[in-house]
Amino acid sequence: MATRAKKSPARSAQTSAVKAPKPIEFTKEQELEAYRQMLLIRRFEEKAGQLYGMGFIGGFCHLYIGQEAVVTGMQMSLKEGDQNITGYRDHGHMLACGMSPRGVMAELTGRRGGLSKGKGGSMHMFSKEKHFYGGHGIVGAQVSLGTGLAFANRYRDNGNVSLAYFGDGAANQGQVYESFNMASLWKLPVIYIIENNRYAMGTSVSRASAETDFSKRGLSFNIPGIQVDGMDVRAVHAAAEEATAWARTGKGPMILEMQTYRYRGHSMSDPAKYRSKDEVQKMRSDHDPIEQVKNRLIEKGWSTEDDLKKIDKDVRDIVADAADFAQSDPEPDASELYTDILL
Amino acid sequence: MPRKTMIESIRDAMDTMMERDENVVVFGEDVGFFGGVFRCTQGLQAKYGKTRCFDAPINEAGIVGAAIGMASYGLKPCVEIQFADYVYPAYDQIVSEAARLRYRSNGDFTCPMVVRMPVGGGIFGGQTHSQSPEALFTHVSGLKVVVPSNPYDAKGLLISAIEDPDPVIFLEPKRIYNGPFDGHHDRPVTPWSKHDLGEVPDGHYTVPLGKAIKRREGSQLTILTYGTMVYVAEAAAAEHNIDAEIIDLRTLLPLDLETIIESVSKTGRCIVVHEATLTSGFGAELAALVQEHCFYKLEAPVARVAGWDTPYPHAQEWDYFPGPSRVGRALVETLEGL
Ligand SMILES: Cc1ncc(C[n+]2csc(CCOP(=O)(O)OP(=O)(O)O)c2C)c(N)n1
Ligand SMILES: [Mg+2]
Repeated sequence: MATRAKKSPARSAQTSAVKAPKPIEFTKEQELEAYRQMLLIRRFEEKAGQLYGMGFIGGFCHLYIGQEAVVTGMQMSLKEGDQNITGYRDHGHMLACGMSPRGVMAELTGRRGGLSKGKGGSMHMFSKEKHFYGGHGIVGAQVSLGTGLAFANRYRDNGNVSLAYFGDGAANQGQVYESFNMASLWKLPVIYIIENNRYAMGTSVSRASAETDFSKRGLSFNIPGIQVDGMDVRAVHAAAEEATAWARTGKGPMILEMQTYRYRGHSMSDPAKYRSKDEVQKMRSDHDPIEQVKNRLIEKGWSTEDDLKKIDKDVRDIVADAADFAQSDPEPDASELYTDILL
Repeated sequence: MPRKTMIESIRDAMDTMMERDENVVVFGEDVGFFGGVFRCTQGLQAKYGKTRCFDAPINEAGIVGAAIGMASYGLKPCVEIQFADYVYPAYDQIVSEAARLRYRSNGDFTCPMVVRMPVGGGIFGGQTHSQSPEALFTHVSGLKVVVPSNPYDAKGLLISAIEDPDPVIFLEPKRIYNGPFDGHHDRPVTPWSKHDLGEVPDGHYTVPLGKAIKRREGSQLTILTYGTMVYVAEAAAAEHNIDAEIIDLRTLLPLDLETIIESVSKTGRCIVVHEATLTSGFGAELAALVQEHCFYKLEAPVARVAGWDTPYPHAQEWDYFPGPSRVGRALVETLEGL
């Protein structure tokens, strides 16, 4: 036992919950890129919420508002070919992967031009071109799939990593731990990103989890974990740099617990009565990921209010175009029911 | 008599049983503090405390597995799977453990567990909130499978299920939680408060497992159906002026074969209607049984109207859902059949 412990990698179980790396100071270009990306997600989601309210979107629709820094900071460390996979709160991930806002919005409204021709809906979209392996409606299922993607990377020796995103609630599914074990055993290049927004539907983390420090969830599998301020895009990016470097160099998986918050209800039909308005307001006013970047840009004199307004306008135009398309595109033909299915 | 929605009557059944029997415990995802996403367990935690009504983490295999363990030591867990679409992680526990415990322990142990779950479409739920997986359970010997179609039956059947010594899969058609739905999605739904079957007595009563009920007496043909489709069948028959005998099966396993045989022998024609996909659906079993038992009485082939053999789509919900026009066409064809 003793000799084995010595041989284990620097970040073994004992040091598993490692200190978060210092946020990387961003260049002006990085700040602007992050600002634009996060704003696109925010405005897109606000629009989706409106369209839902107007009855253009039906069924289940989960907004990512508040969590924008997570996917934005992660994406900044990716290289061509790295895969992304997530659950049902997936619009932000798709936009960050560069998938078309029109295609995403039209899928929400169930139209022909939607990424899944209207058959998948909010929770089920994919893009081979952008290496996005789906939105998945079944809580936890994507974690095993992301592990398999990492296996394929290792098999092909392509230097790519896969990012498997899931929530604090999903972190309690059994298959997550089956995946952790395989990933560590086989040294798979996968980064498990636990988006801890403190709630799984109406159930707070403390009511569902015996261990609420999710960065420790890989401890007994020798998977190192980092707790990250998921509201600060620089902190996310710093952690992403560390995790991608770790996974790309054959050291195996890493867990990043992103401490974040969703501003809206779980889905559009959730009035979120299980938490106080104050709690939400405090996160918005003190930790908003977009405001943080905005303030830095202004303080450093890198942007004027007018510059930022221009970005906001560009983003609003993109979103308005997507929304127009999603309302005017025709519904799929009934014959589409029987395409892409084995009979 | 008080009128209740199906949600209220289901809650009432659990409440009644928790009050009568301290072995009854209720748990599942968002079931305790929040009262369940459909509010079926609202107020139970406040009334009975956190040891009898509580939240479980999102781990269906663990929830059902733990319930089986509890049940084999004499507790009566009534667990909720938030949507039937999420039961698959627990399927192994249900099939390999719950269903077989009595048989392989030589009757030493039984599993008095109820697994409740909302099923069916018509709510824009798409692939992961619309499925009707009843046939996955009726294929497993050792389980009982129940599908209520109204508040009165829901309470009486759930009480029977909780009192039953064996595992019961209790499927709740979510589209009719608040009122019967006849498939005309563009018309307003009548709430249960305006429907006779919304009358739910207070306190304890049961509706026996394994007994079907005739929703409508008729002479021209027999419709075998359950859940939401009872109302779609009623609407389709009325719209085509067909004197149909409509049988609401209520329990799929054990099946009330007697009522089915009696009816089909009388009408000579039979159609089976369910929301679940066609191939290997429960309708296949019903059609086989009808031809085995009523072959010489049949004047037309047994017809089936079911969901298409595809995943449940997000768009095109009403192309997918077997509504009154599809059922009506089958009724007419079956009547015209030789
Ligand atoms: C297997 C399964 N069980 C339950 C659900 C229902 N459900 C959907 S989302 C959710 C909460 C998940 O919370 P979390 O993982 O924290 O993600 P968040 O919604 O906070 O992003 C639940 C219980 C599901 N979709 N799949
Ligand atoms: Mg969460």
